Amino acid sequence: MGRTTPIAKSQVRTASVFLTPGLALFFLFVLIPVVAAFYLSFCRYDIIHSPRWIGADNYARIAEDIGNRGVFYLSLRNTAQYAIGTIPIGMALALGLALLLNAGLRGVTLYRTTYYLPVVTSLVAVSLVWMWIYDPNYGLLNYALELLSRGLSFVAGREVLIAPQTWLADPGQAMPAIIAMSIWRGLGYNMVIYLAGLQGIPDHLYEAAIIDGATPWQRFRSITWPLLKPTTAFILVVSVIGASQVFAQVYVMTNGGPNNATTVIVHQIFQNAFSFMKMGYASAMAFVLFGIIFVMSLINLRLLRGGEVEYV
Amino acid sequence: MMRRIVKPSVLHVVLAVGAFTMILPFLWMISTSLKPESEIFRFPPVWIPGEWRWDNYREAMQAAPFGRYFINTIIYAGAVTVSNLLFCSMAAYAFARLQFRGRNVLFVLVLGTMMIPAQVTMVPVFIMLRHWPLVGGNDILGAGGHGLLNSYPGLVLPMAVGAFGIFLLRQFFMTLPRELEDAARIDGCSEAGIYWRIILPLSKPALATLGIFTFTAAWNEFLWPLLIMSKDSMKTLQVGLQVFQTQYTTSWDLLMAGTVVVTIPVLLIFLAGQRYFTRGIALSGMKG
Repeated sequence: MGRTTPIAKSQVRTASVFLTPGLALFFLFVLIPVVAAFYLSFCRYDIIHSPRWIGADNYARIAEDIGNRGVFYLSLRNTAQYAIGTIPIGMALALGLALLLNAGLRGVTLYRTTYYLPVVTSLVAVSLVWMWIYDPNYGLLNYALELLSRGLSFVAGREVLIAPQTWLADPGQAMPAIIAMSIWRGLGYNMVIYLAGLQGIPDHLYEAAIIDGATPWQRFRSITWPLLKPTTAFILVVSVIGASQVFAQVYVMTNGGPNNATTVIVHQIFQNAFSFMKMGYASAMAFVLFGIIFVMSLINLRLLRGGEVEYV
Repeated sequence: MMRRIVKPSVLHVVLAVGAFTMILPFLWMISTSLKPESEIFRFPPVWIPGEWRWDNYREAMQAAPFGRYFINTIIYAGAVTVSNLLFCSMAAYAFARLQFRGRNVLFVLVLGTMMIPAQVTMVPVFIMLRHWPLVGGNDILGAGGHGLLNSYPGLVLPMAVGAFGIFLLRQFFMTLPRELEDAARIDGCSEAGIYWRIILPLSKPALATLGIFTFTAAWNEFLWPLLIMSKDSMKTLQVGLQVFQTQYTTSWDLLMAGTVVVTIPVLLIFLAGQRYFTRGIALSGMKG
């Protein structure tokens, strides 16, 4: 290995040519901007005047805002609500569907396609459709409530009234409404990943368990769930990262309202940077987001790493 | 396993009810887009329009420059897809097949960029594009004009390569047998020739997967074009649709017609290239 062969030389040359465009773009649009953003997070910058160093003031303001339960605090709380509202239910539904689809039924492809349709549709488009569904006067959901109250009245034999709701215009209902839409939109993606995970579990394990007299629940507990652990970990990490960065549906459906009930972290970064021109403050918020994502990913991976099972 | 517990017919009912819930919003969207205004504001709602009003589509297309948005989106998504396929595959080939010092360190660094949320870099990238020297009315110091804002290069360049694409293709290249390229090397084929004539043709499925993912993601991208394209004639479909919504807040007939137009192309691409979607998820999800 001591002397350089012509092939080795030409490999190094080719590698430098092949890597240049990609690495140059990363350098220009990721590496420099990260460093610049970190610097800006210690500055006051309104894009017109040049940045002015103010030390850790932006971070102190964030801490103060959190202490006073200000708008950024609300955005953290709402983002957490969104994550807690979408992830467990979304994952459980996706796993349930994947188990059904893995049962060897006919028409699996058709079901899979249907469940996946919302995933490929843009967030702006699905947000508009759901705004119309949530319309307080003529929306489909209030119509469903009316049908439900008629049905209940019929069953109960007396008038049961469920009042129409204002959904996105109601501070208490707006975030749940966004969560419901987001679960609907993301279901297919998690389902397909779970399905791929299920298909990686060999049949003979189930056959052996059946011979041993294991109940369906026991088979799920000791074969399916432990062997799906890497899949679950992957979905969880991706979902937490995605939920921390939720933006488009909030921006389109409520723009953070009513009364900041749905403002989220990225919405605050966006508003501060591009509406209020507080680019330094927004950069500090972005690093808080970075920190949250980093810590959450570490915790998730740690939680789900231990106790990996392998059956031969 | 499930089949032994519950009857297939019961499973079908559950799955069909679920599937119906999934497409209900789409049916509602299409139904609304074809209704005359009088039928939209009616309670209880009508599903099948009494009169099919195709004019809604014409009116929506005239109310906002959707044709222009469409062209902008095609250019953006197309350019991002082509550049990602080219630059990601080149880098992936170097990482998968070529021997050079510092290879693993570089690869880990590239993967590490995936952890950085786009919201951290978007402010500096915006400023950088605005002050790009010698374009868009800027002088050599990047002052005076708007730089690369409201331009295709400004929209495309920061998205032109992605760590995920490099990772995906590298994983795929690693699975290809080495015999062919060794034979080619002995025959005097250059490394670039091996990449172009052997690796790329063998990797069509992986390239199709990455291409389709990149294209649909760019087609649906919202925040980035929202920042860069503020001029109406440069907006993409998603941004245009959102602005359209703020101007026609209660014209649900026109809004839904616009939404259908924005949605159909990407649904067609999905239906045509479905197997690449599922394969891509298997590739990225399982080996991650």
